[in-house]
Amino acid sequence: MNKIIKIYKSQENKFKEFEVPIQEGMVVLDAVIYILEHFDSTISVRWNCKAARCGSCGAEINGLPKLMCKTRIDSIKEDIEIKPLKIFKNVQDIVVDVSDTWEIKKKMPGFEIINKFSNKNISTKEMKIYEIDVERAQEFKKCIECFLCLDSCHVIREHKTNYIGPMHVVKTASFDMNPIDKKIRIDFLDKNGIRYCNVTKCCTEVCPAHIKITDNAIIPEKERINDKKIL
Amino acid sequence: MKNKINNLKIINTDILIIGGGGAGLRAAIEAYDNRINNAKIIIVSKSLPGKAHTVMAEGGIAASLGDVDDKDNWKVHFSDTFKEGVYLGNYKMIEILVKEAPERVYELEKYGALFDRTKEGKIMQRAFGAHTYKRLCHIGDKTGMEIIRVLEDQVLKRNIEFLDELQITKIFKHENKIIGAIGLDLKSGNFILINCRAIILASGGCGRLYKTTSNSLETTGDGLAMAYDIGCELIDMEMVQFHPTGMVYPLGVKGLLVTEGIRGEGGILLNNKNERFMKKYSPKRMELDARDVVARAIYNEIKIGNGTEHNGVYLDISHKGASFIKKKLPAMYEQFKEFADIDITKQKMEVGPTVHYHMGGIKTNPGTCETNINGLFAAGEVAGGLHGANRLGGNSLADILVFGRRAGLFCSKYINENKRANFDIMSNLLLKQQINLEIRRINNYLSLYSFKSLKNKNNNNLVVYELLDLLKSTMNENVEIIRSEKSLKNALKVINSIKNQLKNIKVNGTTKYNRGLLACLELENELKIANCIIKSAIKRTESRGAHFRSDFPKTSKLWKKNIICKKQNNSLKLTLVKVPELSKNLKKILAD
Repeated sequence: MNKIIKIYKSQENKFKEFEVPIQEGMVVLDAVIYILEHFDSTISVRWNCKAARCGSCGAEINGLPKLMCKTRIDSIKEDIEIKPLKIFKNVQDIVVDVSDTWEIKKKMPGFEIINKFSNKNISTKEMKIYEIDVERAQEFKKCIECFLCLDSCHVIREHKTNYIGPMHVVKTASFDMNPIDKKIRIDFLDKNGIRYCNVTKCCTEVCPAHIKITDNAIIPEKERINDKKIL
Repeated sequence: MKNKINNLKIINTDILIIGGGGAGLRAAIEAYDNRINNAKIIIVSKSLPGKAHTVMAEGGIAASLGDVDDKDNWKVHFSDTFKEGVYLGNYKMIEILVKEAPERVYELEKYGALFDRTKEGKIMQRAFGAHTYKRLCHIGDKTGMEIIRVLEDQVLKRNIEFLDELQITKIFKHENKIIGAIGLDLKSGNFILINCRAIILASGGCGRLYKTTSNSLETTGDGLAMAYDIGCELIDMEMVQFHPTGMVYPLGVKGLLVTEGIRGEGGILLNNKNERFMKKYSPKRMELDARDVVARAIYNEIKIGNGTEHNGVYLDISHKGASFIKKKLPAMYEQFKEFADIDITKQKMEVGPTVHYHMGGIKTNPGTCETNINGLFAAGEVAGGLHGANRLGGNSLADILVFGRRAGLFCSKYINENKRANFDIMSNLLLKQQINLEIRRINNYLSLYSFKSLKNKNNNNLVVYELLDLLKSTMNENVEIIRSEKSLKNALKVINSIKNQLKNIKVNGTTKYNRGLLACLELENELKIANCIIKSAIKRTESRGAHFRSDFPKTSKLWKKNIICKKQNNSLKLTLVKVPELSKNLKKILAD
């Protein structure tokens, strides 16, 4: 069986079409690699782990932000069309410039350990942390930083705001809900546009790590901001 | 010669760290915290920040905290590691590893890592192959990701520059001292020359030399090849670890790791007759014997016709129940569901051996991570000598932290003590010529710069993939779990023929994010490493750990030796060095 795969080529500003033989279990990235090896090796594409762990190979597949390494060919009936993530500046073909996300992380107030654990000589025997307290932050630590939620977010996609986007709220929440972190980040989130989010949950839908971004990260953070402002 | 080279950007730093995985990040943190005079530190990585192969580490980090089994201590960890490395590992390195691993784990906690916990609020530790006690601290089966994230948080807090998607292609030395490196910035297509006083190589292994591997696509051994090129000594190159359990199906994920954590949590191996075959091979330890033993057992079961439909064996954890599996092995649950339509809470997995780790690598000073080149340090998988002939699960995450830190520490000491200014590479005619040559070497792969190949523009530009495929399948078939002089010499022949064809390879496109060009660079590097691995494997006429020779199936006392590879007068020279005698103290520990 063959499948038509169309890939965006930035220099020509159009899609280039290829016919790729399909094997059972094949994912979109397999097809792209096949194209590189058999038809056109100049297509710029970013990848790394090919196992849905690193989050490098995000693209818009038939209009939806997805990981190429995790999207099964047999999950799509129509021809497959691969575009770069729209919200980023294009570097070449499917590769986009995500360097802004690094800058946002740099600005974000990082993890700071609570005072009773900050003593350098404290042994683990005294550093008791319980499973029940860990679970909440662990959900956000599943984030593979694949940028898909940012691409799906209509606040970022369609409006010019300073909203840092779901991925960065998840990161912030992973600090905030860490039981041994002492820092307060509501000012950071408030200044960086979290209120623009109107909880349409698109980010949750596209998250390949199945993090309940809106319900568990964004809404609780918004509530914390409101609590503080009311007080 | 012209004074300026086109498209060449020059950057200055004190310390250059090549590799953005766990070892590189940990090295950067330590180098930064110990620097004086505001020494500058740059990390370069060929992938984006936080995407390095460390994210793939699953099962956990080995450290004898004794949080679950209170009998555990560094001595038992030492003895496990040394014995399972079949007495080839460097005992000084092992001693450092096992003594410092607990500190590094606690430190991760202080960086914000959240390990799975015991009821008492201590760190949960799981059983793993050939570890005497429950020793692996873990975060489900995503331990590596947590490690890379918290290290990244620490890097972000410091004034450390991170240059991503910059592939270093050559390191420069002058009078046996490191002076800089050159690389290709993928996003702009520009060449970048980095003048520096010291380099820490933390560029990972070379699993992608093989067709079936658990390694990321970027694990192509660039660091090893670059170090070899400038005369750096490599050790134990023949020691390639096959992980017993990789996915065998579907084809696209063949080789993808199935964590040892599954067996650690109670998973069992079965053949097509539903026999728990490890009884035959290792009645005491069963599924939790060392990786080389379990991998050979699986290999053998498949060879004698007891394999499954897709040439593997079965791994079954379904008896542990759905909620346990989803909590302790979420990534595995997901991986099989998404890629193979298998629900591991109900169904058996099909697994088979996959290339996982390279015990061999750059020979370093056991305590300081220094190599035989002044100012060149190495840590993590790219370095060799620690794990000997077989690596225990969880020891590599300990390795990247313990020796990453040490590389950073001793590298900063080195630059603090050697207060020379950066060497201006461009002012030295000979070195400038070397830079020109390096740029030409890379540009030569582009049909853009060649008149001849313009004619056959559409035919020849994909040959590189055929050659890469040939190299990888040759390694798969001839330099595998069980080797012989015949198979190894056969591989050598193929590699030499590929080397000859390499000269004529051309690809289309420019230097900007060109996958075809990167494939050429990968092939050239991999050929160099393959040559070292195969020749060392031919030399070692015995079987030890991961290196099993069908023509020399026994372990020989005479072979308590390391094989050192070094480039001399443009060819590979092998030297044998006796494994150092253990100190009395450590001998006693082994005897106990």
